[in-house]
Amino acid sequence: MEKVTTFTSRLAPLAIDNIDTDQIIPARFLKTTSKIGLGDQLFFDWRYDAEGKPKADFLLNKPEGKAAQVLLAGDNFGCGSSREHAPWALTQYGFKAVISTSFADIFKGNSAKNSLLTITIPADAHKALFAALAANPAATVTVDLAQQKLTLPDGSAVTFPVDEFAKQCMLNGVDELGYILQQDDAIQAFEAKRTLSVNTAVAA
Amino acid sequence: MQQRTIIEKVWDNHVVAERAGTPTLLYIDLHLVHEVTSPQAFSGLRERGIKVRRPDLTIGTTDHSIPTHDRSLPIVDKIAEAQITQFEKNCQDFGIPFYGPKNKNQGIVHVIGPEQGLTQPGMTVVCGDSHTATHGAFGALAFGIGTSQVEHVLATQCLLQSRSLTYEVRVEGTLRPGVGAKDVVLNLISRIGIGGGNGCVFEYTGSAIRALSMEERMTICNMSIEGGARAGLVAPDDTTYQYLAGRPAAPKGADWEKALSLWRKLPTDPGAQYDKTIHIDANTLEPMITFGTNPGMGIGITQMVPDPALIGDPVERDTLGKALKYMDLPAGKSLLGHPVNVVFIGSCTNSRISDLRAAAGVFKGRKVSPNVRVMVVPGSQLVKQQAQAEGLDRIFKDAGADWREAGCSMCIAMNGDQLAPGEYSVSTSNRNFEGRQGKGGRTFLASPLTAAATAVTGVVTDVRTLL
Repeated sequence: MEKVTTFTSRLAPLAIDNIDTDQIIPARFLKTTSKIGLGDQLFFDWRYDAEGKPKADFLLNKPEGKAAQVLLAGDNFGCGSSREHAPWALTQYGFKAVISTSFADIFKGNSAKNSLLTITIPADAHKALFAALAANPAATVTVDLAQQKLTLPDGSAVTFPVDEFAKQCMLNGVDELGYILQQDDAIQAFEAKRTLSVNTAVAA
Repeated sequence: MQQRTIIEKVWDNHVVAERAGTPTLLYIDLHLVHEVTSPQAFSGLRERGIKVRRPDLTIGTTDHSIPTHDRSLPIVDKIAEAQITQFEKNCQDFGIPFYGPKNKNQGIVHVIGPEQGLTQPGMTVVCGDSHTATHGAFGALAFGIGTSQVEHVLATQCLLQSRSLTYEVRVEGTLRPGVGAKDVVLNLISRIGIGGGNGCVFEYTGSAIRALSMEERMTICNMSIEGGARAGLVAPDDTTYQYLAGRPAAPKGADWEKALSLWRKLPTDPGAQYDKTIHIDANTLEPMITFGTNPGMGIGITQMVPDPALIGDPVERDTLGKALKYMDLPAGKSLLGHPVNVVFIGSCTNSRISDLRAAAGVFKGRKVSPNVRVMVVPGSQLVKQQAQAEGLDRIFKDAGADWREAGCSMCIAMNGDQLAPGEYSVSTSNRNFEGRQGKGGRTFLASPLTAAATAVTGVVTDVRTLL
């Protein structure tokens, strides 16, 4: 897992609400057994035409989309399926953060496990950010995870919420599994008093 | 002790460790694994040299990428075949019970768990699949997880989780003829929007929910995620216990009695408070259908498609406008009479025997419209056998529908079953996102009754006109 450090970047604006994981990476690309190569499939059906040629009018095929490490999206980004291929595709393309007013729960959790920041900001700041980009497509933001601070193009800053544990994992570049494995005593103690049993092999 | 909801009780019963500044470590009773979201998790285990902690609490099945045609034929898609082969090897290497393509109990992961009695009240159930909430119909706390968390559960049988808010969805009254569980949940989502339940777990309560069968409750819980909630559940009652009794993995004899006494303590205490509540009047519901590109874009089947011009918020307006453009639908018109190319009856939402019986009731004595391709895909091999024992397969075939093998099929369209660009479907599945059923395909989500009615007329039809 990659360490998250403070960075400044341009933004790629996608002013659409409820962007679902089927748009982020269509299901037909989920037949892979690897995590690698998914960046090319990011937003595939919005990005390429029927012949597989880049659509000139789609954001990621324009210079401003290619230059950005931050995606600015409409409300409720990442809804739909639980596929972790969505944050894999976003990070492999080169995004380090997504800004929205809200995120779907599973996508948010999956993103944190891949050092992709999901930055939730208030609706007015969100609207202002779209407006700032309309005025100046090269405008930048600075993302500071340690301070949970997003510095906007006009120099003002908004704070954003992050789960404290996920934040420490991302800042230190360590994943959760190492921590859970250290809890073996507690897990054994729980299993010793657990009464429920189910035989999953019963019909296999 | 403070009054608690069932959501809080199940949570409390599974807390392994709680530490300030860290999410709760939660124990998982049942882990369902399939071929699509698990390969990278198994690779992770191999890299770290870790075994699966509790293969006895884990099952594997193939459902997403397998073909639904004749299983004796080879799989044409070599990438899908490689994924399925790798999955079988992963299950073998790690000792996980495998319900493979040729197993007589194979099926969609959310169909076979309940069918085998693996899903039980008060459990925590996870799967690398967002429709895991289906198992909530039994009063289980069941939710979808990503591949990293699949690895966590394989390795430790635990997950780090933060508590969700509790959201009561109270449905009172009596559903009218032609209106079913699918219409209830599509109505809910159309009202709260697809992000309305973000951060929440739904508990479905009220007289209309109590009156539903287990399969209907599964349909409702299944689509909780479409309202943004990771999980949704129904407290167990006699309907639950009758369904479970005698199933292969259900407790037997004295164990059953012991389990029953624990399950009876699960329902929400009188006076317990929810963080949010919504009320739905079952008496006023009509069959629902979606018109747009997310499951929240739904209307009663006699209502008109909304007009973007009447929406103030610019992004919301553009989002609806973009959806109608993709769907190539005019605003302000009814969907009734709109031609369709395909009808799909199946998916973890609506592929169980009662769904097939409902559809067959409409097909009986009628023919599929010559302009429509109809696929009926049972949720499991056992559902298939049961349907054949009842002669439902004959009804479907006589009507001109295609009767398939069990799998996810055209719900997720990664196995070759898909729409052609521009085609319209009425589908009993759960998602109408752009391209969900095939690139450029356009999906109207509806109940099995509405799907069957549309299949025989060739156009979007109010099933109540055929009853």
